[in-house]
Amino acid sequence: MIRLAGVSRTFASRDGDVTALRDLDLDIAEDQFVAVVGRSGCGKSTLLRLMAGLLAPTAGTVTIDGAAVTRPRQDVVLMHQLPALLPWRTALGNVMLPVEIRRLPRAEHQARAAELLDSVGLAGFHQRHPYELSGGMQQRVALCRALIQRPRVLLMDEPFSALDALTREELATQLQAMHMSAPATTVFVTHSIPEAVLLADRVVVLSTRPGRVLRVVDVDLPRPRSFGHNAHVARAAEHIAELHDLLIEN
Amino acid sequence: MNRWSQPILGVLGAIALWWGATRVFGIRPLFLPAPPDIVAAFRAQPGYLLREAGATLTVTVAGFVLAVVTGLFVAVSLTAWRSLERATLPVLVALNSVPKVAVAPLLVVWLGFGSRPKIVLVLLICVFPIVVATMAGLTSTPAELGELGRSLSATGWQTYLKIRLPWALPQVFTGLKVAVSLAVIGAVVAEISQPGGGLGAVIVLSGMSFDTPLAFAAIVLLALLSTMLFYLVVALERLLVPWSRAISG
Ligand SMILES: Nc1ncnc2c1ncn2[C@@H]1O[C@H](COP(=O)(O)OP(=O)(O)O)[C@@H](O)[C@H]1O
Ligand SMILES: [Mg+2]
Repeated sequence: MIRLAGVSRTFASRDGDVTALRDLDLDIAEDQFVAVVGRSGCGKSTLLRLMAGLLAPTAGTVTIDGAAVTRPRQDVVLMHQLPALLPWRTALGNVMLPVEIRRLPRAEHQARAAELLDSVGLAGFHQRHPYELSGGMQQRVALCRALIQRPRVLLMDEPFSALDALTREELATQLQAMHMSAPATTVFVTHSIPEAVLLADRVVVLSTRPGRVLRVVDVDLPRPRSFGHNAHVARAAEHIAELHDLLIEN
Repeated sequence: MNRWSQPILGVLGAIALWWGATRVFGIRPLFLPAPPDIVAAFRAQPGYLLREAGATLTVTVAGFVLAVVTGLFVAVSLTAWRSLERATLPVLVALNSVPKVAVAPLLVVWLGFGSRPKIVLVLLICVFPIVVATMAGLTSTPAELGELGRSLSATGWQTYLKIRLPWALPQVFTGLKVAVSLAVIGAVVAEISQPGGGLGAVIVLSGMSFDTPLAFAAIVLLALLSTMLFYLVVALERLLVPWSRAISG
C-alpha cells in the first residue's frame, strides 16, 4: 500500500548538506503494523514526514495506493511525541479539531469523538483542558484526534517517548487492542525494542545516517501479545536480542 | 491571611508611614500634605474633582480603545505577509522609541484644542506596545501546532483563526496591560500640555495657586483610575484566556 522506492532526502544546513535518508526502499502492506527503529538522527522522523506529505523526497518516489504523495492526505495522519493539543480547547474540542478543519459532519463525529475518548479511559475527562490532564492523558487525547478521521494510514513518531514506563506500556497495550479491532496501516517509530516487538508485524531497522533499511525482522508472535509475552517468552526474547544486536553493531 | 490581606496591609502601612513622617518632621502641607489634608481637599469640591476625573477617564478610554483596534489591525495585517513583517518591524520599534510626549504640543497645532489631540496622544503612546506584543504573539506559534495545521490541510484562514490568533492572545494581553497604564500617562500629559480639562489640568492649576493638597487629591484619583483600568484588563484576560496562566505557570 505504501511504497518508498529509491528515496533520498537531503537537508541544507549551515555546515553543508546533510543526507538524512539515502536510497531507501520499503514496502508496507495494507493494515500492516510496521515498527521503525534506529539510532537518533538516522532519519526516522524524516521518513514519516515524507509519507505524511509534509516533506518531498530529493530523489525517489513515495506512493500510497500507487498515487505519489505530494501533500498531506486526508486518510493519513501523523502523531508526534508531543501531544500538540490546543490549550484553549477541551479534550473533546481538541479531538473535534480535524472535523472542523475538514468540514466533516459535526453531529456524527461528536458522538464518535466521545466514544473514542471513552475507549482510551478518558470517560470523565471530555470537558477538561489539556493543562488539567497528565502527560499520558494528553497523549491519549492526541491519539483520539488522530483516529477521529478514520485514517487508513497512521504514522506515529515516538508517540509514547515522553511518558513514564508504566503509562507507556498501558498505552502500547491499548494501541494494540485498537489495531486489532479496527486495523489501519501503521508506521510506528520507537526507541523501545520491547515496544516494537509487542506491536509490530515487521520491525524495520534503519542504519545510522544516512538512513537506509538495514534489516526487516518479521515478528510472528500470535496476538494479543503482552509485555510478559506469556507462553512466547522465548521467541520474543530471541527477536529482542536480534534487534539489540542489529542496533548496537552499527 | 488571604491573598488580598497582604497588599492591603502594605498600602495601609505606606499611608501610615507617610502620615507619621509629616507629623514627626512637621512638614508643611504646601510641601507634602498629610493624608487627612488630601481627604479634606477632595471633600471641599468632590463634584469638580469627579467631573475632571471623568474627563480624563473618557480621553483615556477613547484613546485606548482606538489603540486596541488600530494595534490589532496593524499587527494582523503585518503578520499576514512575512516579508511585510520583516520590513516593518524595525520601523515600528524605531517609532516606539520616539518620546511621544514631545509630540503633544504639535498635536494641538495640527488638531486644534479640545479632546481630539488628547485622544490622539493616548493612541500614539499606547498603540506600539499593542502592535509589538500582538506581532510577537502571532509569530510565536509552536512548530508542532503549525505542523498540525499543515497536516490537516487547513487553509491559511483556518490556521489563523483556530491556531495562531488564540495562541497569540496571552501576549496580546501582556501588551494591553502595558498599554493601559501608558494610556493614563498619555491622557495626563496631554491635559498638562493643553490645560482645559481633566485631572492633568487640575494639577497644573493647583500648582499655580500653591494648593498642594488639591494636586495630591488629583494624583490619588489618577492612581485609582489607572489601577482600576489595569485590573479591568486583567479581569478581561482571566475571562477570555483562563488557560494562559495555567500553561505559563
Ligand atoms: N528540517 C531540517 N533541516 C535540516 N536538517 C534536518 C531537518 N530535519 C532533519 N534534519 C537532519 O536530518 C537528520 C535526520 O533527522 P530525523 O529524521 O529527525 O532523525 P530521527 O527522527 O531518526 O532522530 C538529522 O541529522 C537532522 O539533523
Ligand atoms: Mg525523530
